[in-house]
Amino acid sequence: MKTIVKYVMLDLVKNKTIIVYAIILGLLSVSVLSMDSNSSKGILSLLNITLLFVPIIGILFSTIYFFNSIEFTELLLAQPIKRKTMLLAQYIAVAAALCIAYVLGVGIPIAIFYSGLAAFTLLISGLFLTLIFSALALLIFVLFKDKTKGIGAAIIVALFFTLLFDGLLLSFIYSFSEYPIDKPLLGLISLNPVDLGRILVLLQLDVAVMMGYSGALFKKFMGSATGSIYTVICMIFWIIFPIIMSARIFRKKDL
Amino acid sequence: MISIEHLTKSFSKFIALDDISLKFERGQAISLLGPNGSGKTTLIKSILGLVIPEKGKIEIDGKEIRSSWEYRSQIGYMPQIGRYPENMTVGQVIGMLKEIRRDCKKLDEELIAGLGIPGFLNKTMKSLSGGTRQKVSACLAFLFSPDILILDEPTAGLDPLSSELLKDKIAKERENGKLILITSHVLSDLDGITSDIVYLQDSKLMFYKSVDELKMSTGEQKLNKVIATIMQNQLPKHSNN
Amino acid sequence: MRVVIAFAVIVSVFQTTSCLSMGIKVYPTLNSLRNAISNAHSGDTLLLQNGIFKEHDLVVKKRIVLKGTVNSIIDGENKFQAFIVQADSVVIDGIEIRDIGRSSITDMAGIRIVNANFVTISGNRFVNNTYGIYLQNAERCNIIGNTIHSDFKDEVSGGNGIHAWKSNHLLVKGNNISGHRDGIYFEFVTESQIISNISFGNARYGLHFMFSHNDTYSSNTFKDNGAGVAVMYSRGVVMLNNDFLHNWGDASYGLLLKEITDSKIEHNHFIRNTVGIHMEGTTRVDVKQNLFQDNGWALRVQASCSGSNFTGNNFIGNSFDVATNGSLMLNLFDRNFWDKYDGYDLNRNGVGDVPYYPVSVYSVISEKIPSAMILYHSFLTDIIDKVEKVMPTMIPDKLKDDNPIIKKIAL
Repeated sequence: MKTIVKYVMLDLVKNKTIIVYAIILGLLSVSVLSMDSNSSKGILSLLNITLLFVPIIGILFSTIYFFNSIEFTELLLAQPIKRKTMLLAQYIAVAAALCIAYVLGVGIPIAIFYSGLAAFTLLISGLFLTLIFSALALLIFVLFKDKTKGIGAAIIVALFFTLLFDGLLLSFIYSFSEYPIDKPLLGLISLNPVDLGRILVLLQLDVAVMMGYSGALFKKFMGSATGSIYTVICMIFWIIFPIIMSARIFRKKDL
Repeated sequence: MISIEHLTKSFSKFIALDDISLKFERGQAISLLGPNGSGKTTLIKSILGLVIPEKGKIEIDGKEIRSSWEYRSQIGYMPQIGRYPENMTVGQVIGMLKEIRRDCKKLDEELIAGLGIPGFLNKTMKSLSGGTRQKVSACLAFLFSPDILILDEPTAGLDPLSSELLKDKIAKERENGKLILITSHVLSDLDGITSDIVYLQDSKLMFYKSVDELKMSTGEQKLNKVIATIMQNQLPKHSNN
Repeated sequence: MRVVIAFAVIVSVFQTTSCLSMGIKVYPTLNSLRNAISNAHSGDTLLLQNGIFKEHDLVVKKRIVLKGTVNSIIDGENKFQAFIVQADSVVIDGIEIRDIGRSSITDMAGIRIVNANFVTISGNRFVNNTYGIYLQNAERCNIIGNTIHSDFKDEVSGGNGIHAWKSNHLLVKGNNISGHRDGIYFEFVTESQIISNISFGNARYGLHFMFSHNDTYSSNTFKDNGAGVAVMYSRGVVMLNNDFLHNWGDASYGLLLKEITDSKIEHNHFIRNTVGIHMEGTTRVDVKQNLFQDNGWALRVQASCSGSNFTGNNFIGNSFDVATNGSLMLNLFDRNFWDKYDGYDLNRNGVGDVPYYPVSVYSVISEKIPSAMILYHSFLTDIIDKVEKVMPTMIPDKLKDDNPIIKKIAL
């Protein structure tokens, strides 16, 4: 497994898309951070960039990469390697490459301009989202035989989590505003990793108070460590679940 | 060495392999022939464990391969299309496989030298021509001195010189008592190296006979002629059914 | 010049002599202070010497001056009150009063002024008292330059730093109040001046008043209080040059206005508050030339407010500039600077050519349904706001600034 990860990484660090991704993130971060004098605002702007770019680029790049290397995967699977090992190694390599790009693009500017818990949380959140959306790409890869369909699915998944889900959530809030929906809301939020990533960072910023403004439950949730712990646990689940599912499906998949 | 019993596989509605039973032994060089979509590749992939059979079983040296993976250390596989991570160099690809196959004590680097691979070890995969990539695939298939060689269209895209070299190597390995499975469209390329022919059509096994036997029955010497004759004899009979 | 010097010399000479003639030194022995007070005549000055006076419930019924030194301390031993002033023109100056008791029956205070006028409480240090200074039915009293601090951060059993009830013409100036329930609390207090005080870190409000008309609050600083500043049921309130800083919490306001009429809020700074000003049921409150910076909501103007003018204010870096819960807006926004304004000024007159809508759709939604705040800073809400900017439909159409100023207004 280590061998495969190592060599696939060697390929990925030279990958143009990865390099461009890191550069674009870096440019955006530097411009945002040098523009905002207020650190909390800078983090918020970076958060918005992260929430938009990381899921879409992460899932698209991973899906395309998995499908493109299918012949190589076959070649490697003709070697005495377990399928699970192969799949995990590919996932780890791709996710790690994307993570490195994120750390270079966002982490370094943050470290230069200001550090602190909120900045660190933003980094963690971005890395979580990278891991989650490459895991979802893995799931798409094992579910679809056709690359075009896979890419289509990846776009839909990315759009769903970055935009559609919140839209549905908002209409849910709208239709049930008469009822005590705070608890179901917290439950629903955990169904969207992008929202989880957002809340994880907001919790470290003083703007979290503004969310607490809306009700006792949010206040409790936002105000204590429970919120952060809950969010992190949900996000870990969001990484593990797609991977386990993928490994199971991949065991029976015809290549 | 390889024994296939009642192997059946279908993809959604399309039946790719229909109740195939075959037995291959050491020292055989078997050509898998048949029109496009007849199930050749599916058969190969089933042996490699890349395709999971629906019914029937495949045994190698008496052990069923289902869900096991260790057996693949005995197999060298050369895929029809060799696509590699584009930024990897040839050297890295070979290095990677060597690292994966640390278990293999006896490396066979004859082809690497013969095909001139050391000349472009530092080139990235994306900069290589299709033929050169085929050469790399061929080298990798033979590198770990496997007992079974599965070659999917090995000569397609190779220059005549390399093609000859590869054929010589195949013949040599067969003499060394290895089992070789080849699919190819270029029947002339198979002349002289195949001992047996498996012919698949419409996912069914049409026949599995030795080349000598076929030559006797058809009275032809060239393999393509042999096959053509069989086709002519069989097709009307087939359409009558 | 010569005249001034001569005058100063005369004054100083007079002061020394008067001290010499009327200053009675009191040392901390058993009941010394109580006896001194009962023996004193109107107009006497008692000079409290260094040391701890373990005396309590000292009722002052004569017009005397009580003066402390750096280290004269009245200790309430967590059981008692210190002074109860019941005479006019009493002065209490430079004394430390600490550890006043707490009781659920009476409000125990360091100094309680009852039915007395012209009392001056100045330069005292109040430490860990339930109430610091408690005025009850007092007129024309001066509360100046005291330091009032408590370590009990208990909203329920704690008391207020300066508490005034049914008083008028008070001057509360230059006090430093922290750690109490409310820093300054007024109920039925009129015609008073609250100037240059610093009220911070109090459990509830930095300043809290009700039914207190025609009072002026200027140059005060209200910082880090549990719920900021709350003003209710009053008219003729003038607030000038105050700083409302970092009253940040999930139920905090820079300034909460409820049922306030005919008042002025000018030249104040509202910085880093969850809500800059929250207005409810206000009538004719002018909000002019204030700075609203880095607040969660700069203004929450409920639909029950009317006749207010918001002009010449700077709105900078607030998450939401204005939130409102209704669709009707009976207040006027004009000639403010909004940092979120992205219109243009073609004729270069410093005023934007298209109106600015300070209420975002998302803020309207979250005002209606607070739970929607869970989507704060999500991509979706950004998009909704962008779309809405192009074709406003949901936001109250009267809520706009027709003459947004292009550059930050010098205040």
